[in-house]
Amino acid sequence: MAIEGADLIRASAYLGAGLAMGLGAIGPGVGEGMAAAKACEAIGKNPKEAGLLTRTMLVGQAVSESTGIYSLVIALLLLFVV
Amino acid sequence: MAYDIQTWVSVAAFSAGGITMGFGAIGAAIGEGYTAASANEAIGRNPEQSGDIFKSMLVGQAIAESAAIFALVIAMMLLFTNFTSHILMIPVLLSAGLCMGLGAIGAGVGAGYPAAAACRGMARQPSMSGRLTTNMLIGSAVCQTPAIFALVVSFILMFTDFSSSPVSPTWAAILGAGISSGFGAIGSGLGGGMVAEASCDGIARQPLTVTSVTNVMLLGQAVTQTTAIYALLVSFILMFKSFPATDLLAPPMALLAAGLCMGIGAIGPAIGEGFAGRSAVDGIARNEKHIADLTRLMLVGQAVAESTGIYSLVIALILIFVI
Repeated sequence: MAIEGADLIRASAYLGAGLAMGLGAIGPGVGEGMAAAKACEAIGKNPKEAGLLTRTMLVGQAVSESTGIYSLVIALLLLFVV
Repeated sequence: MAYDIQTWVSVAAFSAGGITMGFGAIGAAIGEGYTAASANEAIGRNPEQSGDIFKSMLVGQAIAESAAIFALVIAMMLLFTNFTSHILMIPVLLSAGLCMGLGAIGAGVGAGYPAAAACRGMARQPSMSGRLTTNMLIGSAVCQTPAIFALVVSFILMFTDFSSSPVSPTWAAILGAGISSGFGAIGSGLGGGMVAEASCDGIARQPLTVTSVTNVMLLGQAVTQTTAIYALLVSFILMFKSFPATDLLAPPMALLAAGLCMGIGAIGPAIGEGFAGRSAVDGIARNEKHIADLTRLMLVGQAVAESTGIYSLVIALILIFVI
């Protein structure tokens, strides 16, 4: 069975999408966990600032989430657009 | 020179046996070494407790060892079973081997953490050794669940009859199933271990907080296990869904990519959730009054860390069902 060019391109796009989202999920997951860990430590030391700490944690996590969202976007582009 | 299928099945079985035991030996050895290091440290600090500490080191190491024993069982079965000579047995055996080999890494390292903390705790707070042992056993048992998922997937792969399925794309679905559960188990084992370590350390520091610490530990560990469960789900779908036969390369590649995506994507969130759970448990052990604030913040932080795992699940499901 000969593999045609278009088929090979689709196959690589699917594989690329899977790898993009899979590898791209590692960093944000670990980083957001570290942010949450430090926020927990800080609340343990100074519980009065819980509101401020939660807000700061969420903003920081949102920023580190961005690379995960880039991966998601690239994966969806590879699946449906390219 | 052409080889028959029986030869290739044997090649796959023996290579997979080596892969299983090679990868499977990594985690348990690191975890047990960490436990032994902590036990030595603890005996150095409090030599009178050496009997208890030595016992709990051995018990903890035995639990960490179990993941490697699962890998040994699968490797032995791969070496000494007479597999039918069907072309799909080649991906089946490779996938089963990869799944159990990779799946044993996280659980082995993770189960070493609470055992190490229990040894340290016994030196510090000898009166709590009973409660520390219980907590260590619960914590380590939860760390083993992803390895058990990998074992289940390996067994199902080896004993399911795929001979009536079309060769393409079933070969890719089989490989994807093993890769998903194998990689997916790494993060959850490690993350669960971190949370359990903090709880054993905390109980030794503040024995009165034992109930809240154990409860929050279980909650935190449960969240770290979720990504392993997503990976297991994707494996089951890949193994039990029937796919139409195809001559193209793209459909099988989509199924393989689904397994890779969910498996690798499950590692990071679970480790991150482990960090968050560890700090929350630690904070509760230092001051039980903050339990409500800390549990809430831990869950919010873990939920955000979980998001990339959910993206991976979505992409994997799109690759399986939509493409």
